[in-house]
Amino acid sequence: MRAKQLLVMLMVLVVCPCLLFAGSVSGKVTYTGTPAKPKAIDMSKEPTCAKQHATPITTETVLTGANNALENVVVYISAGANDEGQVPPQAVTFEQKGCQYIPHVLVMHTNQELKVVNSDQTSHNIHPLAKTNREWNKSQPPGTPPISEKYEKAEFISVKCNVHPWMHGYFAVLNTSHFDISKGGGDFKLPNLPPGKYTVTAWHEDYGTQTADITISGSENKEVNFSFKAKAY
Amino acid sequence: MGKLFAVTIAIIAILSAIPIVMNYWGPPPDISTHGFAIDEQMKATMWEAGIAFLSSQLILALFVWLHAGRDRSYKLKTFPGGAKGLVIAAFVLVGTEILALGVVGQKAWATVYFDPPDKDALTIQAQAGQFAYYFRYAGPDGKFGVPHPDKIDEGNQNFFGLDPENDVPARDDIVAGELAIPVNHPINLLLHSKDVGHSFYVRELRIQQDFVPGLDLAVHFTATKAGQYEIVCTQLCGLGHYNMKAYLTVLSEDDFQKWLKEKSAQ
Repeated sequence: MRAKQLLVMLMVLVVCPCLLFAGSVSGKVTYTGTPAKPKAIDMSKEPTCAKQHATPITTETVLTGANNALENVVVYISAGANDEGQVPPQAVTFEQKGCQYIPHVLVMHTNQELKVVNSDQTSHNIHPLAKTNREWNKSQPPGTPPISEKYEKAEFISVKCNVHPWMHGYFAVLNTSHFDISKGGGDFKLPNLPPGKYTVTAWHEDYGTQTADITISGSENKEVNFSFKAKAY
Repeated sequence: MGKLFAVTIAIIAILSAIPIVMNYWGPPPDISTHGFAIDEQMKATMWEAGIAFLSSQLILALFVWLHAGRDRSYKLKTFPGGAKGLVIAAFVLVGTEILALGVVGQKAWATVYFDPPDKDALTIQAQAGQFAYYFRYAGPDGKFGVPHPDKIDEGNQNFFGLDPENDVPARDDIVAGELAIPVNHPINLLLHSKDVGHSFYVRELRIQQDFVPGLDLAVHFTATKAGQYEIVCTQLCGLGHYNMKAYLTVLSEDDFQKWLKEKSAQ
């Protein structure tokens, strides 16, 4: 009886060590100083989009929350993750709706399928300004099927629309699936990290990049906080 | 066969003239101070060219009718002076017509291009880029900030590449996607292209001016009627040219000040 229990325990340990010895990293992303005011976006040249917004939308370059929380910061494991070859099978979607890119920052794994959808009554021409990957732009009239693409190399790519100058977004193409993006509270969490040494990187489109080196032993949760300096303009 | 051809020429000439004489598709009402002169010039051109066109086509039809079907050996009368005479006559006739139009129309052209703008004209900078227009006002300090092309960041609404951090006059500049102007107030519009050739065309204002990359051009005008009018790009500039437009909003002086305040608060 005891031998059987021991054998089962050993099997569990061998088969899924991750479950027993998985740590995590979590924390908050905040800013110091006074960020620039978001600016209203004038869509008068595209009435079909303008009428979808009762009040004009504002720029999303710097989005903040309560207690100096900073949103849309991509936090990921930049070294030590070793899951570069594990490409998630599902696609990520980038939507053009109301002449806005939704989400503003889209994170994906290298070689993961990207689907670009046009939900508007007008043509868009999405132009991701890739420098390491292949740069392309594609016209997408209303009612046409989604554009399917993928990126082979890790890169932060600025995305613009050739037809609508105010549209702006980002693709964060990473070599890992260990990422999170901070939202209203500025919180992020990176679970399922086996013990080892890691580099955690936090990227914001305007305030830059910061890194932190950590070591995870056992199944602990390491707390790492990032603080970015806001820009007045 | 020849007679049928003559009749066809005459019918086509008359049918083409009818819509113009009857003014079926006339331009929209003019809302500018210089537009009257331009419309008169257009009328004069249509009359002169119209009379020349109709008479030449009908005379051609007449000659074809008279001489169609004649034997090859029939000797037609030649133009007095032969070919040389014909060329000189055409030169004199057409030349006089065009010179006359030019002389008569020079004032209309000069009021837009050669006369300087009013001393109290409101200066607005218009920038055309693929595929939208953006307009900049100097703001309360009356000075335009310096534009830096390398600082242009459209996703962040910095269309003119202003540097408010280091350039104080740029801080209160107002940038908008529509051209709002006060009624009955002279406007000096500075035109600058961010990339390729575009054009600024407002039918009701009787103004059409190309944006030429590398040149800083200007047009000036005064709008006389409040309302919203379309500014359309009339120079092929790329795949979004069909969709490139902005709106000219002519407001009362009070409404215009309100609009400026609203925009500077954003």
